[in-house]
Amino acid sequence: MHELSICQALIDQVEALAREQRARRVVSLVVGIGPLSGVEARLLKQAYPVAAAGTLAEGSELDIEDRPIRVHCKSCGEDSDATANRLVCAFCGDWRTDLVSGDELVLTRVEFVREQAYV
Amino acid sequence: MCDTCGCNITHANQHLIAPGGKLHKTGQGSEALSVLKNLLSENDQLAAHNREHFDRHGVFAVNLMSSPGAGKTSLLEASVDALSDRYRIAVIEGDLETENDAQRIRSRGVEAVQITTGSACHLDAHMVHDALHQLKLEDLDILFIENVGNLVCPASFDLGQHRNVTLLSVPEGDDKPSKYPVMFRAADLVALTKVDLLPFLDDFSTGRACDNVRALANASPVLELSVKQSDSMVPWLDWLDQEVEHHRQRCQRGETLQPKIQPDGARLHTPAT
Repeated sequence: MHELSICQALIDQVEALAREQRARRVVSLVVGIGPLSGVEARLLKQAYPVAAAGTLAEGSELDIEDRPIRVHCKSCGEDSDATANRLVCAFCGDWRTDLVSGDELVLTRVEFVREQAYV
Repeated sequence: MCDTCGCNITHANQHLIAPGGKLHKTGQGSEALSVLKNLLSENDQLAAHNREHFDRHGVFAVNLMSSPGAGKTSLLEASVDALSDRYRIAVIEGDLETENDAQRIRSRGVEAVQITTGSACHLDAHMVHDALHQLKLEDLDILFIENVGNLVCPASFDLGQHRNVTLLSVPEGDDKPSKYPVMFRAADLVALTKVDLLPFLDDFSTGRACDNVRALANASPVLELSVKQSDSMVPWLDWLDQEVEHHRQRCQRGETLQPKIQPDGARLHTPAT
């Protein structure tokens, strides 16, 4: 699996943000994951401390926010919940749908402590 | 779109930024910053760079994905034999180890670059970019990229290709699209391969396989192929002809094409600035 390389990309982004904000240390971060992103939240959590070691994010907490699968029906126009292998409209049953959410893999929130002078 | 002003917030993720605003203090004197960053943005940027290379030289790039042993290399061998009189073709081969597949392709008189990934279970845009340095793109019409045999990870990495082709060999079972929805949702074409074996398999229904692809809201063509039955190859070769022609027209108009999975992603995820 590629969770470790995704964690490294995550740490890169978090460190860049931390530097931008003159942060001394990262406390926690939130990553939103949809089931169709192809990333396993449990494995990401396991890989995270390894990737964070020796960075500004060392010892920080990774929170995962599960995103729902939602589809928009091109036939009847309704939005509904769906499952990963059945992206069909819950109202009319048509399979011609657009995914509204559920394939995200996004860093949504970072909590950090600033340099002394800024606290 | 950018990552800072909030213009990338779509109706699906608006709730994320609603409470608390963009930057606010927490109880312990630490601060929280709300961001929306696609974690694969570094890969996606290099993939876009690869795609620019392809487009500048009018090369049509196809990414082939499947489980190990579904017949990707055999399909490429047969395709190279059928197409090399009218197209200039090269192949990038991805495997954990060995040069075997590249040698099979080279024996057909076509240039092949082998990427051995070691333990990595997928190709990424960096690996493909490095391999491109060994190819003369100006001398090519079609570049096939044979991904590592794996129905999971390759689906998440844009390489810069224009189209994704996913193979499902009939001995694997007709429920593979339901078991690996991320992969089969990403397919611009699904090729059911080794259909010459269908008479020996009483539990594979091509209709059910197709229904399972449709249940993923995927309207892409589902073709039935066997490299041992040259008639069955015709729809596949016709599809390639059509795609190459459409790609030429796009390049002339200065446009490009991302594989099927990307429009959703482009709407929901924004490239990092």
